[in-house]
Amino acid sequence: MDVLLTQSFLTSLIFGAVTAGMPLLLAGLGEQISEKAGVLNIGIEGMMLFGAYCGFVAAYYSDSFWLGYLCGGLGGMVVAGLVALLCIRLGLNQIVIGISLTIGFEGLTALLHYVQFSKTYPRLSPAPILAIPGLADLPVLGRALFAHNPLVYLAVILTFFLGWLFRKSYVGLNLESAGSKPAALDAAGVSVLATRSAAVLTTGFLAGVGGAYMANVGAGLFVPFMTNGAGFIGIVLAMLARGRPVWVLFGAALFGISLAMTTALQVAGINIPTDVVQMLPFAMVMLVLVIFARHSVLPPALGLPYVRGER
Amino acid sequence: MSLASETQLETLAPHRPGGKFVRSAGGAMLRILLPVLLALLVGGIILLALGKSPFAYYSYVLDRGLFNWIGFQATLTRMVPLLLMAAGLIVAFRAGIWNLGGDGQFLLAAVITAALAPALIQVMPRSLMIVCCIVVSVAVGAIWALLPALLKARYGVNEIITSLMMSFLGISFANVLVKLVFRDPTTTVPQTPDLPVEDRLPRLFDTTVHAGILIALVVIVLVHLMMTRTSFGLKLQIVGANPRAAVHAGLNVAWLTVATFALSAGLIGMAGSVEILGVWGTVRADWNPAYGMIVVPLVFLARFNGIGVIGFTLFFAVLMIGGESAARRIGVPQHYVLVLVALLLLFLALVEYLDQRWRKRVKD
Amino acid sequence: MVHETTMARRAAVPAIAVAGITKRYPGVVANDNVSLEFYPGEIHVLLGENGAGKSTLIAMLAGMQQPDSGEILLQGRAVRLGSPRTSLDHGIGTVFQHVLLVPSLTVIENLMLGGPWWQRLRKAPALARFQELSALLGVSIDPDAQVGRLSLGQQQQVEIMRALWRGEQVLILDEPTSMLTPRGVRDLGEVLKRLREKGVAIILITHKMQEAHSFGDRISVLRLGRFVGAIEPGLLSEMTQAEVTDKVIQLMFGSSDRGSAEVAALIGDRRNAAQLDMTQAPRLIVRHLSTSAERGECPVRDASFDLRPGEILGIAGIDGNGQKHLAEVLAGQRPAAEGEIVINGEDVTDRGVEARRRLGLRYITDERLGEGTVGSFSVATNLVLKEIGRPPLWQKGLTLWDKVHLHAREQIRQHDIRTPSERTPIGKLSGGNIQKALLARELTENAGIVIFNKPTYGLDLYNIRLARERIRESAGRGLATIVISTELDELLELADRIGVMFQGRLIGIVDNAPNAERQIGLLMTGVTPA
Repeated sequence: MDVLLTQSFLTSLIFGAVTAGMPLLLAGLGEQISEKAGVLNIGIEGMMLFGAYCGFVAAYYSDSFWLGYLCGGLGGMVVAGLVALLCIRLGLNQIVIGISLTIGFEGLTALLHYVQFSKTYPRLSPAPILAIPGLADLPVLGRALFAHNPLVYLAVILTFFLGWLFRKSYVGLNLESAGSKPAALDAAGVSVLATRSAAVLTTGFLAGVGGAYMANVGAGLFVPFMTNGAGFIGIVLAMLARGRPVWVLFGAALFGISLAMTTALQVAGINIPTDVVQMLPFAMVMLVLVIFARHSVLPPALGLPYVRGER
Repeated sequence: MSLASETQLETLAPHRPGGKFVRSAGGAMLRILLPVLLALLVGGIILLALGKSPFAYYSYVLDRGLFNWIGFQATLTRMVPLLLMAAGLIVAFRAGIWNLGGDGQFLLAAVITAALAPALIQVMPRSLMIVCCIVVSVAVGAIWALLPALLKARYGVNEIITSLMMSFLGISFANVLVKLVFRDPTTTVPQTPDLPVEDRLPRLFDTTVHAGILIALVVIVLVHLMMTRTSFGLKLQIVGANPRAAVHAGLNVAWLTVATFALSAGLIGMAGSVEILGVWGTVRADWNPAYGMIVVPLVFLARFNGIGVIGFTLFFAVLMIGGESAARRIGVPQHYVLVLVALLLLFLALVEYLDQRWRKRVKD
Repeated sequence: MVHETTMARRAAVPAIAVAGITKRYPGVVANDNVSLEFYPGEIHVLLGENGAGKSTLIAMLAGMQQPDSGEILLQGRAVRLGSPRTSLDHGIGTVFQHVLLVPSLTVIENLMLGGPWWQRLRKAPALARFQELSALLGVSIDPDAQVGRLSLGQQQQVEIMRALWRGEQVLILDEPTSMLTPRGVRDLGEVLKRLREKGVAIILITHKMQEAHSFGDRISVLRLGRFVGAIEPGLLSEMTQAEVTDKVIQLMFGSSDRGSAEVAALIGDRRNAAQLDMTQAPRLIVRHLSTSAERGECPVRDASFDLRPGEILGIAGIDGNGQKHLAEVLAGQRPAAEGEIVINGEDVTDRGVEARRRLGLRYITDERLGEGTVGSFSVATNLVLKEIGRPPLWQKGLTLWDKVHLHAREQIRQHDIRTPSERTPIGKLSGGNIQKALLARELTENAGIVIFNKPTYGLDLYNIRLARERIRESAGRGLATIVISTELDELLELADRIGVMFQGRLIGIVDNAPNAERQIGLLMTGVTPA
């Protein structure tokens, strides 16, 4: 048991948790924006995956991680654009489209990877790390929390920015209105369709960046289907966070810890089977859902297409 | 919270409880064929972009999957789990319950069957063992769906998320069972003890197709009859189409939710069981055919109609078998099938939408 | 209202006008070549029944719909109001019948909705404008209060502010008093007067004669999409309400005959109090009934009453004072938190919808498509929606579709339900025919107690008359009847006794005697009789 409490174990665990939790954080924040506006983005898994692929290819050929993130975000936006067109503009069933897009892009990215790289899995060079001077020298937490790829710090800042945005900006009001009473937004002269489309595209960007991070930083390579439910976990986080981005951060951190457990335990020489550890995050989600069943709150207009003139 | 509002189900599945198509047969055929053609077209363009000939691919798939006797038998065999899972999804989706936990339910039932069958066959005749395994698998599937069902019935928790989470949980749990609990100590690769071929579901006549196809066809027809001709089926559809009207009509929505969810998962469990008893005889570690993903679009395309599902299942099975072969021979990976399926669904939704717009304009 | 319309005469150019407006929807001409002028400093009432085309007209003024032909003129210049934003920018504000505020946001946040999205919230200018409008309207509301917690009257005041936010040229109000207490109506009147003084052109939509008379400077009457005549300010100020009623009837129907049934439906008639047999045992007894409060809804608190066969008990009160909960708890759709419900001597408090139905209880909901029917299912299926699984249409769990369709055809014929076939999805029928189907479904032979929730809401005159006749007729047959309605006239016409709901309490039940209206008015403000 002492092995678990050694510095190196804790450091590697927390470091791994941050790395594993990052894509979840971005996906969760993105999904939160969509949900606030009344769109249930089942297709977020497809957004992450396409973002992962685009981000990987960009970083592989350009050696630039930032370009990788940008392309990942754009890739996610492509998928989101389809959601915006089909579900928001045309009003097609969000679940059907979401599932189609997820399946489609899973297949497409696997196909593209095969065409591009055949059966090889080329690796990227390790991601650049920005160590925050001073803080990075703290015992245990220093290397674990303050020596990461800069995107991590940006993501944390984004979390707090979104918190401010939701409460103190016109954008926040518009999102809230689009999700709970779109007719009021329409009567105020703001386009509900435009608001929701913008929300979904932003989600696509964030999810895409999250996917790119997962591939480039988390794994260093792209494997078909690699997101493995991260997008859906993002949906869960958004649902449980009840409109507060900070709670998405906590949730992602918790998840990250359970995801990082496997590797950390192996490093420590403890032999709990991978599959058992893999069950942990999902078991935890179910536990949380059971405990907080009464309190998961979703916006009233979620999932319903808005048609002017309909009450 | 049920996301299958009246309008949304209507958009994708205009089902008359009387069981008859209201619109002309010609129009219906067009509405089914057009998305297929469009999908094949766009899919063909993607193939071209990959440097492969669409004609070569499609004809190869058809040839291998449908016109080749060996391939056709493989297609029929593949249809079995798809049909049973589709039956399970029809029941759920019609009631407005998005049971997306199919993969977990399938796998767990498969593992339990794989563990139970070799043990039971020692003490009872094959037919009895098969029945027992199937019954147990139905129960396993139903039990795995209990938590999401209760959360939805009692607290209105969105079942998309809960069933998905349970699915991931179930897949990992099934792996744990295979690798640690039911592992056959004699094999090098982790798997459950093998069920000898003579103890599996009998083959039909001289073919390699096992009796499971009969079970599957009977089940899908029974489900169709249940939906169109029984009071239970009608009640489910009311809950799916308008939950408030269901309360108003005095239906016990909570009980119906749980019962439907359990039935749906039970049928999916049956699929897992039959697949082991008919084809594999064992579960290897990390085995997950992930049929759940493919069956959801299938059911949508068939507009939740039991009889239509048979046609689409054949179509999908041909695609899968032919595609697997094509992956080896022509070098178009199996992943392409997923893209094709997604295109199909997208074009279906679009065609439905355009059809509704067109009809509204004609009315004016 | 006695008021000099000198201001209106001074302004030769109308603030806003419509010329030759026509608008068609599938199957109906909502507006047929309508031309009207609205002057500043004048309250111009648009009067007409449901379906007369009033709402369509203002939808176009509000920028939500476009006319098929005709023009909209602002200060004499033709404009195209392509979106709600355009209307607002031109200073045309609309207050719709149902509150369009976001309940989870505060008052000031709702008012800031629509601001420049690339900026952060600037509360100060908004507050300044808020104070300005509060003074103009003469109201005082806390800007940081959450809208969901305000009374409906206050919410409406916020709506008016929102409508006037960007400009005070034209204010349109659609059925503004339907959700207000008598006190709230008076407050609204004050506000409108002040706005009129300021020169705002006010357009007020209503179907109530009394409202038209008390608020209006000018009344334009619409019927079946056409403009059929107006009462000019000069004349109107001199007329009594009765004279106005006569004139309107004349414009609408061509004669001042008050005898026709449709007219009766429009203006209501006092009920000829039939002699009720009070010696009969009550069929329904309710004691200390309460429900649990739910987010945004008003629960029932400690309600008690008796209901005898053949009696019509009216439940009056402003919408949102617990009526919905009352209907649902009586029907069995909602559990009772406290109290008891007894039908024919049997305690049914813990029994469900089906059990109560079997004892003869029927509930006709106000939400015809949202709750009462499944829109995508056939008329036939909907007609038997509450009988599923029971003989003779079901045997051993199997549906006998032929019998179901036969039964449906019979009902359709008997109740004159206009539908292409019994297999037509019921959602395609008009509101009146859906109501006929609901009535057919519920008022069966072994019905003993019927609850009607807003039975004539949204219906045209013809169907209103039909519905009220059926209510009277079934009560005449001995059905114990409850009619929940927000239209007091309707209850005064139909009911033997009228109870008033206020904040969930049934605070008083009065006999339908000549002074009932005054007593009810008091009760609706929460004043319990000494």
